[in-house]
Amino acid sequence: MSIRVKDLTYVYNPGMPGETKALDGVSLDVEDGTVLGIIGHTGSGKSTLLQHLNGLIKPDSGEIYIGDVCITSGDVKMTEIRRRVGLVFQYPEYQLFEETVAKDVAFGPRNLGLSDEEIDRRVKVAIAMVGLDYDEIAEVSPFDLSGGMKRRVAIAGVIAMEPEILILDEPTAGLDPAAHRDILSMVRRIHDEMKITLIFVSHNMGDVAEMSDRVIVMSEGRIAFDGTPREVFSHATELSEMGLSVPPAREIVEQIKAKAKDFESDALTLDEAAADIREYLEAARG
Amino acid sequence: MIRDITLGQYYPGKSVIHRLDARTKIIATLVYIVSLFIVNNFWGFLIAGVGLAVVIALSKVPVKFIFRGLTAIFIIIIFTVVINIFMTEGRIIWQWKFLHITVEGLSRAGFMAVRLVLLIIGSSMMTLCTKPIELTDGLEKLLKPLSKIGLPSHEIALMMTIALRFIPTLMEETDKIIKAQQARGADFESGNIIQRVKSLIPILIPLFVSSFRIAQDLALAMEARCYHGGSGRTRMNEIHFHRGDAVAAVVMVLFLAVIIASRYIPALF
Repeated sequence: MSIRVKDLTYVYNPGMPGETKALDGVSLDVEDGTVLGIIGHTGSGKSTLLQHLNGLIKPDSGEIYIGDVCITSGDVKMTEIRRRVGLVFQYPEYQLFEETVAKDVAFGPRNLGLSDEEIDRRVKVAIAMVGLDYDEIAEVSPFDLSGGMKRRVAIAGVIAMEPEILILDEPTAGLDPAAHRDILSMVRRIHDEMKITLIFVSHNMGDVAEMSDRVIVMSEGRIAFDGTPREVFSHATELSEMGLSVPPAREIVEQIKAKAKDFESDALTLDEAAADIREYLEAARG
Repeated sequence: MIRDITLGQYYPGKSVIHRLDARTKIIATLVYIVSLFIVNNFWGFLIAGVGLAVVIALSKVPVKFIFRGLTAIFIIIIFTVVINIFMTEGRIIWQWKFLHITVEGLSRAGFMAVRLVLLIIGSSMMTLCTKPIELTDGLEKLLKPLSKIGLPSHEIALMMTIALRFIPTLMEETDKIIKAQQARGADFESGNIIQRVKSLIPILIPLFVSSFRIAQDLALAMEARCYHGGSGRTRMNEIHFHRGDAVAAVVMVLFLAVIIASRYIPALF
């Protein structure tokens, strides 16, 4: 499902000492099926933008269309929006509350007023989708699981609503490298199998470069850059001024470029960098 | 909505009120609360109200900010008013079956409402104008003499510091959990009372879990910095009384005297 955001503005604490313009005229079109990565330093408006997309925050001005439904008009049904747009917050494991994993995953579908059989089916699909074994885990208390597994269960809770757009706010924050990789490949698989639009925020530039079809950079409530990862990460100096960086692979090739003037590369991933370096070395050897 | 509770919040500033010693402000607040219960007619409340208005003006805290805190306890006020209107016996002016409104009821309801509002604004002025850390330091010093008879004044003050410090944190946490559950289609606004109470479970359980996690982290962080209770502990900022505090003390005594005197002004009705 596509998303169209038009001239979105939102101010926190209007008229109070902590008044801040979190979003300042943000416009954005996301095509169906895109993987959109959002980067930006803390307080740049990323999370605020995400929360607008499923109606948790009402904008001060501007419009949002999900498909062809305007969710900022007054008469839209919120449950319908929440069904179409699944939002996974930062550290989603802290929202778990039920006695068993199955019941917790069923919370969303139950709120949609589905039949018991349909809820059952969705819970099974969602748990499998996040790479867990239903029979093994369904009756376990979510509080007895490891951090990475809790997070999968929480994500399953959103997937069970079968959204057409899935939004993840820093899905890998605070995980160890193994769990980090697992979650990323899981997110990738969910996108491919469910054929949904995926939006995710990350501070890991390597992940963003690898995962996204398109990247937007938020800064002070505006979109500073918008394009393919290659386009966006070509603005290394501007990004570093915003407190951001380029992917580690790009960092490496830039440092080589500084020493070897005839070396050329715009690698974003480690594989690309390795290929470019190998090619350069082989050419140099003759 | 949940952020609107200003009770226990600090409003940064450098006003005369902000600069007073925390002990002065604690005592002044106690005096004010006591005085609100000494008052027995509307003249007294007029005086107490004017006194509070002067303090608010001096503190430079925006009135809008203070009143936002009232919206949170609006229900309590309404409840008190309704109970008082219908439950007071006296000269009946309206009656329907067992419900009746009396002149005395109306007057008493108004009286209670004013008292509650002043009470809440008065005590929130203390927290609005005093950094929580100063407040508890002040409290600790005030309670110090009682430690001779075994009252753990430092521990009490510390518990208060922690409680105050974590009000905004837990509110933020609550806000986050509410949003996360709303994103999963939770509905907190419709349904009958039982459904509504039930709908709180998905908020309360994660909130409890988070609180325990935060408490554990905090305890560890304190131990890691060798916290071992109050004995032998020194502080970076010692608090001292200044001239302003002397002025405040005089004002307080005068205020209390006027309030007591107001009891003898004949009531309006």
